[in-house]
Amino acid sequence: MSLVGSGLVGGWRRGQAVVDQLDVAVEPGRVLGVAGPSGCGKSTLVRVLALLHTPWRGSVSVDGTEVRQMRYRAPAALRRRVGVVFQQPRASADPRLTLSDLLTEPLRAAGERDRAVLDARAAELCDRVGLTAELRTRRPHEVSDGQLQRACLARALAAEPDYLLCDEMTAMLDASTTAALVSVISAEVDRGLGVLTVSHDEPLLAAWADEVVRPWSG
Amino acid sequence: MSAALEVTGLDVRFRLRGSRGRPPRLVRAASDVALTLHHGRLLALVGESGCGKSVLTEALTGLLPGNAETRGRATLHPDGLDLLTAPEAVLRDEVRGRRIGLVGQSAGTFLTPTRTVGAQLREAVRMLDGPESAEVLAERAGLPAAALDLYPHELSGGTAQRAGLAAALAGDPEVVLADEPTAGLDRPLVDRTTDLLAELARAGKAVLLITHDLRAVRRIAASGPVDLAVMYASRIVESGPADEVFARPWHPYTAGLLGALPDEGFVPVPGHPPELSDLPSGCPFRPRCGRPSCTDDPTLVHHGERAVACHPAVPA
Repeated sequence: MSLVGSGLVGGWRRGQAVVDQLDVAVEPGRVLGVAGPSGCGKSTLVRVLALLHTPWRGSVSVDGTEVRQMRYRAPAALRRRVGVVFQQPRASADPRLTLSDLLTEPLRAAGERDRAVLDARAAELCDRVGLTAELRTRRPHEVSDGQLQRACLARALAAEPDYLLCDEMTAMLDASTTAALVSVISAEVDRGLGVLTVSHDEPLLAAWADEVVRPWSG
Repeated sequence: MSAALEVTGLDVRFRLRGSRGRPPRLVRAASDVALTLHHGRLLALVGESGCGKSVLTEALTGLLPGNAETRGRATLHPDGLDLLTAPEAVLRDEVRGRRIGLVGQSAGTFLTPTRTVGAQLREAVRMLDGPESAEVLAERAGLPAAALDLYPHELSGGTAQRAGLAAALAGDPEVVLADEPTAGLDRPLVDRTTDLLAELARAGKAVLLITHDLRAVRRIAASGPVDLAVMYASRIVESGPADEVFARPWHPYTAGLLGALPDEGFVPVPGHPPELSDLPSGCPFRPRCGRPSCTDDPTLVHHGERAVACHPAVPA
């Protein structure tokens, strides 16, 4: 059981592969760090593993189900098992939604319509990531970057994914918020979540990841 | 070391109208802030996201939104111009760009997308009657000469940041305010950007570096004198020479921030910063402080070069 990318080759411009023959395996209950300088293809790797970008060659499999065979029309149920947190909370949060609606979006996308259930889940998720009840009715422009990234983490965890991909999740955050978000994720890892975190921040990866790979060096 | 810009008793407040059943709120973004920028010195202002750091640069350049209320003084030397009360015409024609240069977060987004970096730099020099050519500014900011012929979308984040720095220097300002100039950059680019700012200070400018990146500050403080101010919940809670504060932080919040660094324990400061619209009475850090609770409100007390706003914090 794991999220596996094998022989991945991909990119955005024809003939310029930024992900070139990469093999990664995200195991439950472990944190895999992927290090590399900016612009090397880390975010592309995350998008491929999150089933958001089709690789040119190679395959991604979620707990043994190979997505390649579906020609990347991955069923929603499969996508829901992989959560993603992006670098820029401002760019990945719909400015029209309250934080409560923002972080229950995956549940509504999955068909949950019961307001009471959604509210209860929002409260529980906010509690888990350290957002106070008062913030739930705010919109993104009314909270700080740190609070918004907490909400984006809550959204990624909302559908109880088996795997979490973090793309430079803490690059915009201060030291204390960084450590707080990592400790939230660590609690989930203890419960079996598999995490892949890409970053150029070596001290962060050294403190957080069980193993660090550097596919772009040498 | 002469003062270039002196801020005393600065309050910045926003009165927000209520909406959809929410009561009106008063947001205290800066409370009794005192800072001095010296020629030839870099002052790093650090704090958690949302503590009010960025409002300072807006207050000092007359760029606050219309609903802001300010109190206190921000004196620009040598003529003693008060930046908080100066008319907009003075700020526009004499201060912004000419006496105070501003480097923003994601400087690349400030560039016009349809013109080359060089054309925009030359325009800035012309408009500000700058003494240096675009080529000299580019070199000073560490911007490769070839980048002058490029359009903004062709620049990497780090190069765009250096273009922003070059533009901020076009009017040869004495004071440079850099607001989160390294957010989102990778470590080598963070190092180069902060090195450039430290060099500007060594060349005689007064530099304010607003950042959440303590590691970057620790790094430049290791290679030259840097002043540090720590902001928490709209106030300065500790200040002093950075190397001394890093070696022996007096305020429990400063100690907590340092302990949150990945190589220093990686333990977050417990609890959450208070909302700026709902600050607790007394010490704003009391709810998160592990020390015996204080009942009154500590003010910033000076001890030699250092200052701290915490009762039990000052060692005998």
